[in-house]
Amino acid sequence: MAGRPEGGATDALPTAHKSAAGGMNRALRLIARRALASIPVLLIVVVLTFLLLETAAGDAVDAYLLSIGGGDASVAQSLRAAYGLDQSMPARLWLYLSSLARLDLGWSVAFDRPVRDLIVERLPNTLLLMGSATALSFGLGSALGILAGARPGSFRDRALSTVSLVLYAIPSFWLGLVLSIVFAVQLRWLPTSGIETIASGRTGLARAVDIAVHLALPVGTLALIYMALFLRVMRAGMAEVWGMDFVLFARSKGLSRMRIVLRHVARNALLPLVTMLGLQAAAMLGGSVVIESIFAIPGFGRLAQEAVSGRDTALLTGIIVTSAVLVIAVNLLVDIVYALLDPRVGATERGA
Amino acid sequence: MLTAIPTRRTFLQAGAALLASTALPTLARAQAASAGGRLIVAADSEPKNLNPAIVASNGVFFVASKVIEPLAEASFEGKDGLSPRLATAWEGSEDGLSVTFKLRAGVTWHDGKPFTSADVAFSALSVWKPLQNLGRIVFANLETVETPDAATAVFRFSKPTPLQLIRNALPVVSSVIPKHLYEGTDIAANPANVQLVGTGPFRFAEYKPGEYYRLTRNDAYWGKPQPNLDEIVFRVLPDRAGAGAALEAEEIQLAAFSAVPLTDLDRISRVPGIKVITKGYEALTYQLVVEINHRRKELADLKVRQAIAHAIDRKFVVDTIFLGYAAASTGPVPKNAPEFYDADVPTYDFDVAKANALLDEAGYAKDADGKRFSLKLRPAPYFNETRQFGDYLRQALAAVGIDAEIVNADSAAHQKAVYTDHDFDLAVAPPVFRGDPAISTTILVQSGIPAGVGFSNQGGYANAELDAVIAKAAETIDTARRTELYRQFQKLVAADLPLINVAEWGFITVARDSVLNVASNPRWAVSNWADTALQG
Repeated sequence: MAGRPEGGATDALPTAHKSAAGGMNRALRLIARRALASIPVLLIVVVLTFLLLETAAGDAVDAYLLSIGGGDASVAQSLRAAYGLDQSMPARLWLYLSSLARLDLGWSVAFDRPVRDLIVERLPNTLLLMGSATALSFGLGSALGILAGARPGSFRDRALSTVSLVLYAIPSFWLGLVLSIVFAVQLRWLPTSGIETIASGRTGLARAVDIAVHLALPVGTLALIYMALFLRVMRAGMAEVWGMDFVLFARSKGLSRMRIVLRHVARNALLPLVTMLGLQAAAMLGGSVVIESIFAIPGFGRLAQEAVSGRDTALLTGIIVTSAVLVIAVNLLVDIVYALLDPRVGATERGA
Repeated sequence: MLTAIPTRRTFLQAGAALLASTALPTLARAQAASAGGRLIVAADSEPKNLNPAIVASNGVFFVASKVIEPLAEASFEGKDGLSPRLATAWEGSEDGLSVTFKLRAGVTWHDGKPFTSADVAFSALSVWKPLQNLGRIVFANLETVETPDAATAVFRFSKPTPLQLIRNALPVVSSVIPKHLYEGTDIAANPANVQLVGTGPFRFAEYKPGEYYRLTRNDAYWGKPQPNLDEIVFRVLPDRAGAGAALEAEEIQLAAFSAVPLTDLDRISRVPGIKVITKGYEALTYQLVVEINHRRKELADLKVRQAIAHAIDRKFVVDTIFLGYAAASTGPVPKNAPEFYDADVPTYDFDVAKANALLDEAGYAKDADGKRFSLKLRPAPYFNETRQFGDYLRQALAAVGIDAEIVNADSAAHQKAVYTDHDFDLAVAPPVFRGDPAISTTILVQSGIPAGVGFSNQGGYANAELDAVIAKAAETIDTARRTELYRQFQKLVAADLPLINVAEWGFITVARDSVLNVASNPRWAVSNWADTALQG
């Protein structure tokens, strides 16, 4: 019984397990090609970031002197000399690029610490926050998308689509604050902010639970907002599949509606969702300045904001390079998944 | 672990109080106040250099003042407005060339080494004078510091230096750091600038970037039995709405420096268990000032400046922008500095008709659109109130026919545009009055300051008479005569309007009722909190 309908689905969704070895080869070729192609991309990103911050008025010394309430002219001069800001723009750009080539991300003048340390310190928080939010919004969004797409045009479909679009339209700072007021201030179920309880000395599982409780609100906020994207894509994909011949065939076979929805329609609508997931994951890697600020999470977004307001070129460039590398890696991963799922994807790589 | 004990004790007390009925609430409170405990406070910034001997700024003092102490702290009732800390007495010589400090005996650093006059001499000569942002001004003429014995430090100056200035500056410029940790090192890069070592009531325990600073009780504090608290945690909360929410949820107990926005105060003051405190910032008065670029020919005309001063409704600014948490200014010295403040200066009532008449007199008639001339207005982005006042000023100027175009920029860009590039006609600035006009106030109007110096006269204003009064006051030893010169200074500024003083304000503290002894001195938020306690 189980073999027949499965076969129907396999025909419609062209997986490549017949040629798994070919898929791996294509994946390797992809990795090599992408690694090479990413070097000029990174170079452009670095130079543009540098120039962008260069055009902003004021430098790191202006920002620092402001934070301490001013200082006389000789202080400013000696600080500029100490930070190397008295050198010409091309000289500083060259200095930065050559240190980057040695995999040295440089020194943050706003924090007086190595950029690498700052990034290593903040990246896990952002990955945790954004990873959970992406996973939750993907899970929730696709599940609700299946519900909506099971009967396109039905009341349930319209209600879900409307609610998700309304959530998507809400500014994240507002939703974050409202959720915080309701669940943290009024009901006191969850903490208002922070990544974990301050100086609690928790370890192991207790600490993991503590972090999970602290992340519930920020992850929830982000997931509610991004859920709409996945819901809409899933639903649209399903609506399209419903009209196809194999669905009609499955129906005519007298399969249960549930089975048709899950095994045939939803499964075939998954491919665009993977694309969406890749794009979204990439977008989320930069962190969220707003959510990280509201919930006082020391992550990438906040670090980037502090780098800009402190005119800290090395730090900002370091953050952007790290994000860019992660985005390239995620895209590569998505492509590999595609190559394994769909033989047509890798085929074009061969000719290129 | 330390916190577990008071928690249990508190619990037992609560039980006992229940049994004893509610007839003795005051007794229970008095006992609970000495129970120690952890005070959690909102912090909105993380200074990269936390050493107050190098960086004398409020952001640094907020955390560091609990660990590293000055020679004397500001006080409501003490002589000359000071209460002794590491120094117990100070005396100036007749000629103004030396000041002798008697130092406190029996003080030890947090690492166990004794505190002596050598630490004071080292701090003064190697840090305050050459490196500190304000010490460079106050100790400009400091030549040597003699240490005849371990408890005496004699400051010798190359030029007469008023004791009044030194006294007023002590709380801000005289943070003493340990010589044995700094001598022979690169002071600016010393690890002790972050991992602070001082003599204060709290030790620096831990800093988690982006999350918190933790200070723990110094059991060997010279002011025993203080401190009352076991721990202070400064929790980093960058979002202002976040600080209010954390207070309401009882995750933090105190937010200083107006971390809770003015617009939220009315609501939050009605939440049971939360109090709003306006005291404790008297020695940290911020001033709302219109900076003027005198290179613009229209603004170089006194009549135009007078017209602008008449066009501003100070009462509206105080009531609507500051929601009443401010006072109208009369001149460059705030009312909170009664030692210097002079109310008898030229004033400018809100009078649109008079402003229009003055502008007509100055020869800037209205054109067909009712406009006289256009200006570029740059409001400083540092406070909500400076931005809002920028919007108000634009409207107020429009009412007298001056078309002001607002240019917004972020902090670094604003700083560069106004103080280095002079790319402004009017700017809104929030300078701080730091206890004595010579520290950071005269610089706002004095001529000859090079470009690039923030919070100084970058408007090209030059007035020989005013410069002479400022120079004379800087070397006048006699307190009464020096004070008189600063009264003259206020009159000259109010008459000639190199800048326009609009309002002056202190910050607001919002705390849970359980926090005791808040605002016990005029620099409370940036003082050592040895007497601060938690109830119950």
